[in-house]
Amino acid sequence: MFDAIQAFLSGFLYDWLAITITLVLQAVAVILPIMLVVAWLTYAERKVIGFMQVRMGPNRVGPLGLLQPIADALKLMTKEVIFPAQSNKYLFIIAPVLAIAPAVAAYAVIPFSDGMVVTDINAGVLYVLAVSSILVYGTIVAGWASNSKYAFLGALRGSAQKISYEIAMGFALVTVLMIAGTMNLTEIVNGQQGGILNWYLLPLLPMFFVYFISGLAETNRTPFDVIEGEAEIVAGFHVDYSGMTFGVFMLAEYAMMILISFMTSIMFLGGWLSPFEGIPGLEALFSWVPQLAWLSIKVAFLLFVFLWLRATFPRYRYDQLMRLGWKVLIPLTIVWVFVVGAMKYFDFGPWFN
Amino acid sequence: MGKFLKHQIKTWGLTELFKGLSVTGKYFFKKKITVRYPEEKTPISPRFRGHHALRRYENGEERCIACKLCEAVCPANAITIESEERDDGTRRTTQYDIDMFKCIYCGFCEEACPVDAIVETRVFEYEFHERGPHIRTKEDLLAFGDKHEEQIAADRAADAKYR
Repeated sequence: MFDAIQAFLSGFLYDWLAITITLVLQAVAVILPIMLVVAWLTYAERKVIGFMQVRMGPNRVGPLGLLQPIADALKLMTKEVIFPAQSNKYLFIIAPVLAIAPAVAAYAVIPFSDGMVVTDINAGVLYVLAVSSILVYGTIVAGWASNSKYAFLGALRGSAQKISYEIAMGFALVTVLMIAGTMNLTEIVNGQQGGILNWYLLPLLPMFFVYFISGLAETNRTPFDVIEGEAEIVAGFHVDYSGMTFGVFMLAEYAMMILISFMTSIMFLGGWLSPFEGIPGLEALFSWVPQLAWLSIKVAFLLFVFLWLRATFPRYRYDQLMRLGWKVLIPLTIVWVFVVGAMKYFDFGPWFN
Repeated sequence: MGKFLKHQIKTWGLTELFKGLSVTGKYFFKKKITVRYPEEKTPISPRFRGHHALRRYENGEERCIACKLCEAVCPANAITIESEERDDGTRRTTQYDIDMFKCIYCGFCEEACPVDAIVETRVFEYEFHERGPHIRTKEDLLAFGDKHEEQIAADRAADAKYR
């Protein structure tokens, strides 16, 4: 569709202008739905946690409280942005941008269905890992620029935690790459064709959990939200942020959650592939369901798990969190790299042929 | 060795985590106990202690005989009473003020009253927007009692056998 737009535009515009406009349109087409999902993910979070606490959650604004995100956004936008007196103003304003830019940029390589991807690059996995690593700068800069002890402590904790868990995350993805033999996200999904048994979930079950747990730590969700730790350091790195600068941090956090869910479903849950592939009756019955819908269902489930975990588990103590990352997850991933290597060498199961 | 193995299986199988998740998962589908207040209300006991009221006898005569027991018993000193002797020799109040900001809604005044004049009703939805009206005068309380007499009488009747 965007090829057609580009062809149409280059009919009467310079080529470079046509390409730029097309790219901007593509970016909007990805970012806008993501931002809408983020808005209603905050609603879903409050609703799900409420339900698990036998409450109702927000139900005042609009039917069933569905307009709550709009009210929240309006409130945040009309609030004053306060700069702490001793803060570094430039860094203070750059920090939220540093947080949201990578969270959004990573979507450039996510394939939403076969061929429906902004840029289909061969090092997609590497790109996502690299870009999501930059996210930590948003935290550090925010904590530093605020010139507040709480914010600084939160930023220190956050950066140490993110860097630690990135290793486990990277190793978990290495096992996926070993099976798939490619870094292209589209090809990774296509390599899982042929029904649920061919998904990488089964041979990599421990890695699935490691990846998801690291994802929790990476996005600073409970039980790994020591970066915010409202009982200990008030709100961590964004204590001094108010209004929309705070809102942007929230957007980044939730956009990152959705990204992790997308990556998990692409890597382990067969991406846009139907779970009924290869089952004679059901495959034909569900063949009308668009690929995007399957991916959305998987992502929605994983997001629900994010909220479910938040409603269930208390926060890790900081040293326990580091222990889990360095002494449990990383050794486990290294062991599993060898297990996958062995499975590959002996042509094990339907995955390694 | 068996104990060690069992522990390892429990740890690596994340059993405790899944147990926790199943608990919250069950609660997700339970009936919600939230009361959406202005539309829904919780049931109120006949003993509920809300806004005060002064009652009258059926012939329209006010019950209060200015014995000042409520004033004496009031732990917050919220009640102020002045009295006079009427032409027919009975004693009645000229002033009966309750400071609603001082009142702690303990219900002692109602218990102390020998003629069931001062009562606390089940009305709790009232508010003051400025100082002044928060001191409920005798006229206010009598009018309030007249307005809610039916409810007050019903509540007293419902609770009578426990007194």
